[in-house]
Amino acid sequence: MGIFAKIKNALKKTKDAIAYRLNKLFTGGVLNDDFYDELEMILLSADIGSETTESILDELKTQIDKKHVKKSAEVRILLKEIMHDILDFELPKEEYPLVILIAGVNGVGKTTTIGKLANNYKKAGKSVTIVAGDTFRAAASDQLTVWADRAGVRIVKQGEGSDAAAVVYDALQSAKSKNTQVTLIDTAGRLHNKVNLMEELKKIDRIIDREFPEAMRLNYIVLDATTGQNALSQVDLFNEAIDIDGIILTKLDGTAKGGVVLGIAGEQEVPVVYVGVGEGIDDLEKFDIDDFVSGIVDAE
Amino acid sequence: MGVFSGLGDKLKHVFSKLTARGKLDEYEIKQAMREIRIALLEADVNFTVVKDFISKISERAKGEEIVKSVTPGQQVVKIVHDELVELMGSKNAKLAVSSKPPTIIMMCGLQGAGKTTMCGKLGALLKKQGKKPLLVACDIYRPAAINQLQVVGKNVGLEVFEKGTQKPAKTAEQAVKHATNNGFDTVIIDTAGRLHINDDLMRELEEVKKVVSPTEILLTVDAMTGQDAVTVATTFNQRLDVTGVILTKLDGDTRGGAALSIKAVTGKPIKFCGVGEKSGDIEVFHPDRMASRILGMGDIVSLVEKAQEAMDEEAIKKMEKRVKDANFTLDDFLVQFESLKKMGGISEVMQMLPGMGGRFKFNEKDIDEKRIEKFKAIICSMTKKEREHPEIVKSSRRRRICAGSGTTIQDVNQLLKQFEQTRDMMKKMKNNKGRLPF
Repeated sequence: MGIFAKIKNALKKTKDAIAYRLNKLFTGGVLNDDFYDELEMILLSADIGSETTESILDELKTQIDKKHVKKSAEVRILLKEIMHDILDFELPKEEYPLVILIAGVNGVGKTTTIGKLANNYKKAGKSVTIVAGDTFRAAASDQLTVWADRAGVRIVKQGEGSDAAAVVYDALQSAKSKNTQVTLIDTAGRLHNKVNLMEELKKIDRIIDREFPEAMRLNYIVLDATTGQNALSQVDLFNEAIDIDGIILTKLDGTAKGGVVLGIAGEQEVPVVYVGVGEGIDDLEKFDIDDFVSGIVDAE
Repeated sequence: MGVFSGLGDKLKHVFSKLTARGKLDEYEIKQAMREIRIALLEADVNFTVVKDFISKISERAKGEEIVKSVTPGQQVVKIVHDELVELMGSKNAKLAVSSKPPTIIMMCGLQGAGKTTMCGKLGALLKKQGKKPLLVACDIYRPAAINQLQVVGKNVGLEVFEKGTQKPAKTAEQAVKHATNNGFDTVIIDTAGRLHINDDLMRELEEVKKVVSPTEILLTVDAMTGQDAVTVATTFNQRLDVTGVILTKLDGDTRGGAALSIKAVTGKPIKFCGVGEKSGDIEVFHPDRMASRILGMGDIVSLVEKAQEAMDEEAIKKMEKRVKDANFTLDDFLVQFESLKKMGGISEVMQMLPGMGGRFKFNEKDIDEKRIEKFKAIICSMTKKEREHPEIVKSSRRRRICAGSGTTIQDVNQLLKQFEQTRDMMKKMKNNKGRLPF
C-alpha cells in the first residue's frame, strides 16, 4: 500500500500544487531536462495526451532555439502561442434558417447544452425550435421540455421509444412551416463504437439534408471535459458518420482541463466552438482560446 | 494516431535486438518502460500513478530471469499485466449486506456518470438474486431526473420512492422507514450528479450519509474519464469514505485507465461495471480483463466467454467434428452466422479483439450486418443437397436461389466464395490444432 499513500499525499492539494508548480516552473531560471520534465507533467495532467504533448514540446524546443529564448517566463508565452495556433480555426458564419444537430456519447450533457443554446439564440432574437430526438433514454424528452420552458422556446416531441428519425422528420416539417430560424436537434447518447446506433445517427443526418436543404447545417459533438484520450476516438468516429463541424466542451467548471481537444484539433481539425461552465441556462460560452490555454499553463 | 496497437507489438520491437539470454538488460528495460509509460498514459492512467507504477515495475523487471519459452517482450508484458491485476484486484469486491435490514446503497458521482441507469441495473441484479430492492429518487436538481428513475424502475419492475424536491436527506430517511415497514431488504439511493468541488452539494451528500448510514457508498465513474479521475475519486472518498466504485460505459472503446487511477488513490474496490444500455448490462469487475484492456491487448477473455455463451455446447461439438472431417457445410455456416449475431454482431466482436479497439478499418462491406441477413436468406433458399455440397450450385441453381431469396447472382457468388474461404480457414485451423486463427 506504500504506493497508494504516496499518491494520496501528492494529490492532496492538486489544484494548489499545480498552481505552485506552474509558478515555480516559469519563474525559475534554467531550461534544463528537469524543466521539460516538469512541463511535460503539467501538459499530461491536463489530458493533452502523450503524443500531442510530445509534439508540443518538440515545437517549443525548436522555437526556443530559433528565438534564442533563455528565460522560463518567455517560454510560457511561447508555449501559449503554440497551443493557441493549434486551436485557432476560422468558424463559418451562421446563416438562417439554421439546423444544429447535437450528438455525443452518453452523459456528456447534450440535453443541457441544447437548453443553453436555445436560450442563447432566443436572447439574440431568433425564433427557435427544439427537437426531442432522444427517444431512448428514460424521461429525456421531459428533461428537454423543462429546458425549453426555461428558455421560452417551442419543442417538438413524441413518445418514448418512437423512431428518432420520424420525430426529426415531423419536427422539420413543423419548423419549416413556422419559419423557425434555428432548429436544435437533440439525439440519444450513443457510444461511437456501436455500429447500429451510428447508422441511426447517419439516417437522421440524411433526413435533415433531404427535408431541409435550404437550411445551413451545423453538426456539433458534445464532449465531456473530464474525458481522457477516448475523446479522440469519439470525434473520429462521429466525424466519420456525420461530418462534425465543431465541439462543445462541457463541464469545464470542474477541475478537468479538457486538454484532449488539443490533440483533436491537431489531428482531426475539428474546432471547439462552445464551452459549458455550469448548470445554469447562461452557462454556455463561446470558446475563448486564450482563456482555455491560460487555464492549462497559468496559475489561477 | 492510427490503430491502437498492442503493447506487446511495441515491446517486441524494443527487444528485437536482444538475443542474449539471461537477465533482462537495464537499457532494454528502460526502453520497455518508455513504451509502457506511453501505453498507460494513452489509456488515461493518471501520470502520478504511472510514474510510481513504472518505478515499481522497473525494480521487479531488473532481477527477472528470462524464461526460455517466451520472448523478453512477452515477459515484460506479463510482469506489467500481473502487477496491474494485483493493483486493481480486491478481496472485498462483493456487495456488503447489512446484518440489520435494509441494506442501504447510496450512489454518488459526477454528472453524466450514469448513476440513475446504474441504480436500475443494480436493482434488477439484486432482484434476480432474490432480494427486494427499493429505488429512491434523491436527485432534486436535474430536470426530470425523478421521472427518469421512475421509468427505469418501472422497466425493471421495482418500486420507486420519491418525495419531489424536498431535501434529499429527508427523502432518504423516509425511504428507509418505508422500506422497513414494507419488507424491502435493500434500498438504493440515487443522488444528483455533482462536481466534487461544489462544497454545498458535497455537504448534502454528507447529510444523507449521516441520516441513513449506508452499508455501501458507491462512487460511479465514467470509464472514459481522463487524468482528473484521481481528483474526483480522492475528493469523494475524503468526504464520504466511499466503500466501492462502479465503472460505467465500459462497452465503449476506452482503454479505461481510470480504473487503475481510482483504485490507486482510494484503495477502494471496483465492484461493478456497466457494459451496455439494457438493464441486464452489468457485470462484476474482472481485474485481469481490465489489465489487458488498459495495455491495449484486447479483451480476449470476454470474447471467448461470449463465444461460449453464444454457441451451445452441442453445436460446438458438432462443428468441431465437422471441421475435423473437413466436412464443413453451408448449414454449419448458417450456425456460425447465428452465433455471431448472438455475440452482438461482427462489429462488437471485432472491437473486443486486440488492436481493434473500435478503430478497426475493415472493408465496410465485410462487416455489413445486412449482408449477413442476405447470406442467411440465400442459404435458406437452398436444398439440403446444395447446402451439403455447395460445389453443385451452378448457373441454373444459382438463378433459382437468387429468385427464391430475393437477392442477386452476385450475392450468391459472394456467399459461395466466402464459404470456400472459411472452409479453407477451417482446414488451416485443424492443422493448427484447433487454435483460433487470430
